[in-house]
Amino acid sequence: MVKHHLFWPLVMLGALLLFNLLYSPDFFSVQMRAGKLYGSLIDILNFGAPLILVAIGMTLVIATKGIDLSVGSIVAIAGAMACMTLSKGTDQNMLGLVLSAVGIALVLALALGLWNGMLVAAFGIQPIIATLILMVAGRGVAQLITGGQIITVSSSAYKFIGAGSLLTLPFSIFIAGAVLLIAALLTRKTALGLFIESVGCNPEASRLAGIRSRVVMIAVYMFCGLCAGIAGLLLSANVSSADGNNAGLWYELDAILAVVIGGTSLSGGRFYLLGTVVGALIIQTLTTTIYMIGVPPEITLVVKAFVVLLVCLIQSETFRKTLVHRFKTRRYPAEREVKRHA
Amino acid sequence: MLKRQYIPIVVTAALLAFMFAAGSFRYTGFFSLQVLLNLLIDNAFLLIVAVGMTFVIVSGGIDLSVGSVIALTTMISASLVQQQGWPPAVVIPLVLVLGAAFGWLMGAIIHYFKIQPFIVTLAGMFLARGLCYVISINTITIDHPFYTSMAQTKIKLPGGFFISISVVIALVVVAAAIYLAHYTRFGRNTYALGGSESSALLMGLPVARTKILVYTFSGLCSALAGVVFTFYMLSGYGLHAVGLELDAIAAVVIGGTLLTGGVGYILGTFFGVLIQGVIQTIISFEGTLSSWWTKIVIGLLLLLFIVLQRLLSARRQMQKA
Repeated sequence: MVKHHLFWPLVMLGALLLFNLLYSPDFFSVQMRAGKLYGSLIDILNFGAPLILVAIGMTLVIATKGIDLSVGSIVAIAGAMACMTLSKGTDQNMLGLVLSAVGIALVLALALGLWNGMLVAAFGIQPIIATLILMVAGRGVAQLITGGQIITVSSSAYKFIGAGSLLTLPFSIFIAGAVLLIAALLTRKTALGLFIESVGCNPEASRLAGIRSRVVMIAVYMFCGLCAGIAGLLLSANVSSADGNNAGLWYELDAILAVVIGGTSLSGGRFYLLGTVVGALIIQTLTTTIYMIGVPPEITLVVKAFVVLLVCLIQSETFRKTLVHRFKTRRYPAEREVKRHA
Repeated sequence: MLKRQYIPIVVTAALLAFMFAAGSFRYTGFFSLQVLLNLLIDNAFLLIVAVGMTFVIVSGGIDLSVGSVIALTTMISASLVQQQGWPPAVVIPLVLVLGAAFGWLMGAIIHYFKIQPFIVTLAGMFLARGLCYVISINTITIDHPFYTSMAQTKIKLPGGFFISISVVIALVVVAAAIYLAHYTRFGRNTYALGGSESSALLMGLPVARTKILVYTFSGLCSALAGVVFTFYMLSGYGLHAVGLELDAIAAVVIGGTLLTGGVGYILGTFFGVLIQGVIQTIISFEGTLSSWWTKIVIGLLLLLFIVLQRLLSARRQMQKA
């Protein structure tokens, strides 16, 4: 059981929840008000949904031994594009307008993903560098779209995407769930997942084995862009506004963190979608917990730093070996004596 | 005939000259030595950070923690000088040692536990940024006479031009780094490490020491940049230098250093920093352009240089084959 890839992430999530239970017993209480469920757990799911989305896309990218630093910028661009389209319309509640705003934003996100994928797969540029370009320029583009201002929209239909509720639960949970389901079905019920893992192990060998490595890589980056785009819609719809400068700031780092906590190795070739979801939930729970305890939220960063280090150390084979070695070699003088003469 | 390895650096220098010339033709008052010197004055801290980053990138790694280390340095300096009343003569060496120790620790973790530099320095970035807020979540203004005099002293040059003390520090760092990179064993080892770690190991080079020293040097540079940044801003704040690591990486790449490691020049980084400065100056001279154009232009330049590098290395491989 300890060997299962979900074991450590779940233990960590459990420990966090247990701490919350001990610290404030009403953490787990969920209330029904006006046909909606309220409570800390629901909040974690609701606010965690964009992160889960971005992290799912990131998981697949990391599985191909890549990385996508531009997701935060794509989040900002998608939100900005949708809000800009909406604010230009005459009747912001018109369903057609909202749908076209969402559509334009998602197509743009896909195009940005395609751009990343082309740089990585067609030009052979290192993923960190290739996506760094969009990470730097993307913020500028987002501000260009919004004209450097925070655009507010007053569309209740658009607001529903981020703040509405369905079957007493926040709507964003359903979106994240649907994307997770699609990703899981596509990668685990078709050969696609195998292709992705194979490309992550060795793109050249996969190509010789008859897999279209380039197409797989481009598709993965496009999917990641799409996920980031949806997350951008959720975030901007939740507050009914788009902020080119701050929307999705540091999302790339949180998403990578979630993926790594979930047990997916940065060296590619293996991925765990459920692990990623648990990782994203851990990060969101951590943030919520820190807010609740009343420490300045900025200190989350210190905690995050230690979590990252801890998780990476546990994943590092050298570190585990050192630990095991320490544990196994007992310091009996006689044993050392035997070893010396052996 | 020009050596092929110098092509990126020549392109960078030519681009800088071209941009400066374009700015001079377009705006009155642009073509003056003082504008050029102001580039140095406003980007002294970026120059220092980028020099440290060049070493890290040449060795095949990356350091994301530099911006946060700057913020932490300003914060520690401000709180010790302003709130605890420590003399700057103690505080400045202390923060430099702290920065170097921080880099050393990250380097040791990267080397001994074989974790990717990206992740370790990311954790370092979170840690340093978070520690700022542990000290205080507000700005701490510094009005100690030493810091204000360092900030306001103008070193006069003939012809009525002036530079600040920070510029002198930055230029000394660049000169020292050029010496370190090209005339010492440490420099050669760094290039060898970036070229191929396993080859360096097989050649009997001290891989462990070099790798850890590279990150230590970057940490030291970040702390020094933090000190210079304190002179520049006269305050300590947890949100200082957000995203500076990206500017530094961009400057290094625009300067012609290969991100895969093993190839690059400190002088190129120097030009890279100046190019970023010129872009900002042009945008402020233009007046109607908004600040976000800086980011877009830097992104485009990054793309240009990365593609250029890609073409050059592809041609080299073609010749080998």
